[in-house]
Amino acid sequence: MNYETIIGLEVHAQLRTQSKIFCRCATEFHASENQNVCPVCMGLPGSLPVLNEKAVAFALKMAVATHCQIQPTSIFSRKNYFYPDLPKGYQISQYDKPLATAGVVEIVLENTSKKIRLHRIHMEEDAGKNVHGERYSYVNYNRAGIPLVEIVSEPDLRNAQEAAEYLRTLRSILRYLDISDGNMEEGSFRCDVNISLRPERSDRFGTKVEIKNINSFRFVENAILYEMERQRMCLEEGKRIVQETRLWDEHEGKTFSMRQKEEAHDYRYFPEPDLMPLEISAEWVSQIRSTLPEFEQVKKQRFMTQYQLTNYDAKLLVQEKSLADYFEQTVHRGGDPKLVCNWILSEVLREFEVSKVACSSLTPGHLAELICLIQKGTISGKIAKDVFEKILKQGKMPSQIVREEGLEQISDAAQLEKVIEFVVSEQGDLVKQYREGQKNKFSFLVGQIMKKTQGKANPKIVSELLKNKLEREDT
Amino acid sequence: MKISPQEVERLAKLAWLKLDPEEVKRYSQELSSILDYVETLNQLDTSQVSPTYHVVPQKSHLRKDEIGRSLSQEEFLSMVPAHEEGAVKVPKIIDIE
Ligand SMILES: [Zn+2]
Repeated sequence: MNYETIIGLEVHAQLRTQSKIFCRCATEFHASENQNVCPVCMGLPGSLPVLNEKAVAFALKMAVATHCQIQPTSIFSRKNYFYPDLPKGYQISQYDKPLATAGVVEIVLENTSKKIRLHRIHMEEDAGKNVHGERYSYVNYNRAGIPLVEIVSEPDLRNAQEAAEYLRTLRSILRYLDISDGNMEEGSFRCDVNISLRPERSDRFGTKVEIKNINSFRFVENAILYEMERQRMCLEEGKRIVQETRLWDEHEGKTFSMRQKEEAHDYRYFPEPDLMPLEISAEWVSQIRSTLPEFEQVKKQRFMTQYQLTNYDAKLLVQEKSLADYFEQTVHRGGDPKLVCNWILSEVLREFEVSKVACSSLTPGHLAELICLIQKGTISGKIAKDVFEKILKQGKMPSQIVREEGLEQISDAAQLEKVIEFVVSEQGDLVKQYREGQKNKFSFLVGQIMKKTQGKANPKIVSELLKNKLEREDT
Repeated sequence: MKISPQEVERLAKLAWLKLDPEEVKRYSQELSSILDYVETLNQLDTSQVSPTYHVVPQKSHLRKDEIGRSLSQEEFLSMVPAHEEGAVKVPKIIDIE
């Protein structure tokens, strides 16, 4: 029998505020253990939570960017369970009255696009981080109380590729909004997968399984592919799928059952008595709406029409907003778009990671000036690569390096004629062979001329002059 | 409204409370009578009343995103039963992660 796979994803993204969601502890990632804790996030008696305005603004940005309906009033609730990473004995979350509902995210696949509906987006606090030893577990509470948005999709995804692209798109929106790092490996972007199978053309959902503990985009795809196959085999053998939580083990390449007691799911939610209802005004929403950036897909299309870039090049440039901005700043300083694009995608990205280009020592000013020197014919493309290395080492402006080191391209015909004269007389044998029909000797002669001028000769002019000379004296 | 001894046991387990059989029996009776009392409210027609999430009609107070003083690591660790190299040490958690 053929089966259809039904996938819904729950994503948790840490919001990049300075302080935690309900207290003023810092959120920095690299603090030493249990350094950023206080009576509020540790749930000491008498302490009271106060909601961080920026955390709300960030969550709103995500909700508006994904076309959600913003709820004018939302309620924080206590989700009760006992676990060492949760010092209060409950997590402050949103339950029956979330911040936002009914959104949509458009994902772009090979040649089509697909709209994935969002069920809801709500705010909550993160828990501490556990490390498990031989006999004990060790808890670091710095993460407890860091603001999270939970983004819950409808079961609209049908395969591993769609799920991965959906995740990539969410991450891109979060990063374009500059509200989250979206780093799966460091845990600031986490994903739980709900997956079930049903016979093709059936309209009832099968029993779903939840997969947790997936910490890279690639693992999400692997986990889904494995789980699809496991459930298919199960159904083929006439067995029932057990509704359960499974963990992905990348090392083993399989999911395994977490086997938890069923009452663990009874969280006995109730409204958080220490926090008043969160009211969002229409003005706040429209103010947020007016600050939204141009997102990845729209930017890509604009780059293709405005700068005549290929789909492939534009896609690479817009993968990070900071990189796309870097490209445009360089173009605005006079660099030819295609040339700037080529330089960024080859030389610049060879030196720096995609997300680090914008804050690197190589400014758009450096790159634009370098490219303008090539465009004006002041230096050759080959010399430009040497100058590029020198900018990275010395931080000087390209024109200064060119001036100080005398790297200007030689385009003066009279000056080049002299060098050509010299090489032609020096390489008598080669010239003879060329004239006898071994045309491939030509490039070797050009190479010799370039060498004599330390690469500064304008190769186009050298070519013309040399060709003229060889043919003229041939007759 | 009847709260059975089984339900009391389940709730006790969720709340990590240890109850002896005597207590289970007593709480079953007491909780039942409390809920019976609350049940009288159900005689009122509340179809036109919105749910009371809070008794004080106030909206949420928001604070600026500013870092304030935290407990020092030393102060915090002095309050926990056991710690090692800055981390809080707890019995090994086996079911998750
Ligand atoms: Zn705190």
